[in-house]
Amino acid sequence: MPAENPLIVVAYFARKIGLLLFALFVAVTLNFFIPRFMPGDPAQDLMDKMQGIPLESLESIRAAFGVDSTDSMVIQYGKYLLNLIKGDLGISISRFPTPVSGVLKVAVPWTIGLMGTATIISFFIGTIIGIGVAWKRNTRLASFTVGMFIFVRSFPYFWLGLLLIYLLAFRIPFFPLGSAYTPQLQRGTWEFFFSVLKHAILPALTIVISSMGAWILTMRNNMINVLAEDYITVAQAKGLSLRRIKTLYAAKNAILPSITGFAMSLGFVVGGGLLTEMVFAYPGVGLMLYQAVQTKDYPLMQAIFLFISVAVLVANFIADVAILILDPRVRDGGK
Amino acid sequence: MLKDIFRLFIGNKKALVGLGILLFFTIVAIFAPLIAPYDPKTNKIEVTTIVDEDIGRTQTLERQQLDPDTERRLFKQSIVTTYERITTRLPLGAKPSSEHWLGTSRSGQDLFSQMVYGTRITLAVGLITGLFTTMLALTLALLAGYLGGIVDDIISLFTNVFLVIPSLPLMIVIAAYITVKGVIPIILILGLTSWPWPTRILRSQVISLKNRDFVRVARNLGERPVYIVFREILPNMISLVMASFFTSTMAAIMGEATLEFLGLGNVSVVSWGTILYWAQNSGALLSGAWWWFLPPGICIALIGTSFALMNFAIDEISNPKLRKR
Repeated sequence: MPAENPLIVVAYFARKIGLLLFALFVAVTLNFFIPRFMPGDPAQDLMDKMQGIPLESLESIRAAFGVDSTDSMVIQYGKYLLNLIKGDLGISISRFPTPVSGVLKVAVPWTIGLMGTATIISFFIGTIIGIGVAWKRNTRLASFTVGMFIFVRSFPYFWLGLLLIYLLAFRIPFFPLGSAYTPQLQRGTWEFFFSVLKHAILPALTIVISSMGAWILTMRNNMINVLAEDYITVAQAKGLSLRRIKTLYAAKNAILPSITGFAMSLGFVVGGGLLTEMVFAYPGVGLMLYQAVQTKDYPLMQAIFLFISVAVLVANFIADVAILILDPRVRDGGK
Repeated sequence: MLKDIFRLFIGNKKALVGLGILLFFTIVAIFAPLIAPYDPKTNKIEVTTIVDEDIGRTQTLERQQLDPDTERRLFKQSIVTTYERITTRLPLGAKPSSEHWLGTSRSGQDLFSQMVYGTRITLAVGLITGLFTTMLALTLALLAGYLGGIVDDIISLFTNVFLVIPSLPLMIVIAAYITVKGVIPIILILGLTSWPWPTRILRSQVISLKNRDFVRVARNLGERPVYIVFREILPNMISLVMASFFTSTMAAIMGEATLEFLGLGNVSVVSWGTILYWAQNSGALLSGAWWWFLPPGICIALIGTSFALMNFAIDEISNPKLRKR
């Protein structure tokens, strides 16, 4: 990354990091205020539900929700922040007395494995198809592909998951109906590995199919805009091979906005992934969130919201770095 | 200006198909009581037969339960001599047939009628939320873009921040805390979590227009800001505002279905999302009841496609590069 002007890079990073840190602050603050400012009294409901649980265990929950607290809002907020920094997210109610952080620790690897892989696959395939349909945009096949993906993209994620379960796990019982592995198998063996793989295929397919349309359409639009540029015409006039023009001249420049778009839509992708996990009973963060909602496990719900926000912010930061490396305009200071 | 866009819009094939689909569902929603053969919420039909022997006429009152008062009155007037009420229960979990086009649910509601009535809530929530989100975004965009300075800084900062905070988990957490379940909370939640994207797009358009010559001239001539915003800037943003409205509505329909599917809405309301909720919670999938969960998804996708097509048309109209050569 031979930056022409290191100061500009530093300024770029400072701005991006500042924004993300502020976003983190907003997420943390929202998390604090949502339970306190909602109509009704969820916190009291919570306490009522907690009867029979030893009083001393309720301390962290009291702190998290400000129930029966005589402290002022500011002090409560300070305590909440302090607990967060210590990594104390409270105690899960549905899985009492497991701390919320313990529940998350088990769920996170599944989610990252599933969603990470599926998103990367979807981005690559979608981008390649997008290049193709833009390049041959006046053919029937291209119009059909675009039309089909507009339709497919409009299916709710969870519904597509249900459909795949119905077709490929229920009607043709080839894939498992849900979960992430066969519990009888011993961990660390090849059999276990293959069972994990087999369980991941349908949920991954759901995410890939539903999110691919977005990448195809973004890339197609970018490509079409780039293809109308003068330097493409010049390249054609120079008699360069079409392949060279397509990949090196057009696609290389069209992909940059796609990466920005990638960062921007990560939130949506993660949301869709969460729903997919719920439908497939895939033991990741999404399923935990679903169970937390069902059992009104507010501490777990809030911790998951915070975790997902942080994950998306980090992913955004990575995308920002990628753009810095790939886009000379950002590197040289927006010229 | 508006007329031109309308003419181009109507002349565009994609727009026409999209508009056609939307119109179809709108008609279904408006005339739901005429189209739906059954009451979407009950699982039985009451047939009351009144035979008036004086004039020898038989009258059948279908789907209507007489309250005791009316019953007594009818007898008092001695018009009715024989009175018979038959309650027929609809079949439970029936496959699609000529009686029940989309079959029945596990507790015996007619699913075609549910789909027809569900169009009302789904479409209404989608359109109202879309309008609400677009209005909110447009207001913020005009304030930020036109006033600039500190107002712009603050609005832009929050727009960018809320863009990166994942909206679905936020929606779920807020919805889970709200104890009043219903349509209005859903509209509010969806609107308040989906304004950043349209705000960002509309704001950049405002800024670009603000720096055009005709706006500069108007400003130098000393026109009032209200005049400039509403007469010079806004008319030039119509296509983008329409595009945001379509996108927001589409997202709202999807978001509504999601929240209701998770049981975070009012599950006793009949909408496409709650149909999916009941299908999921009655094990429709594993009892092979495809007629229960397929139609809502397909209809959501059709509406989504209709808005996407209209958006494409607007894109093509405003960006000639995208038009077919």
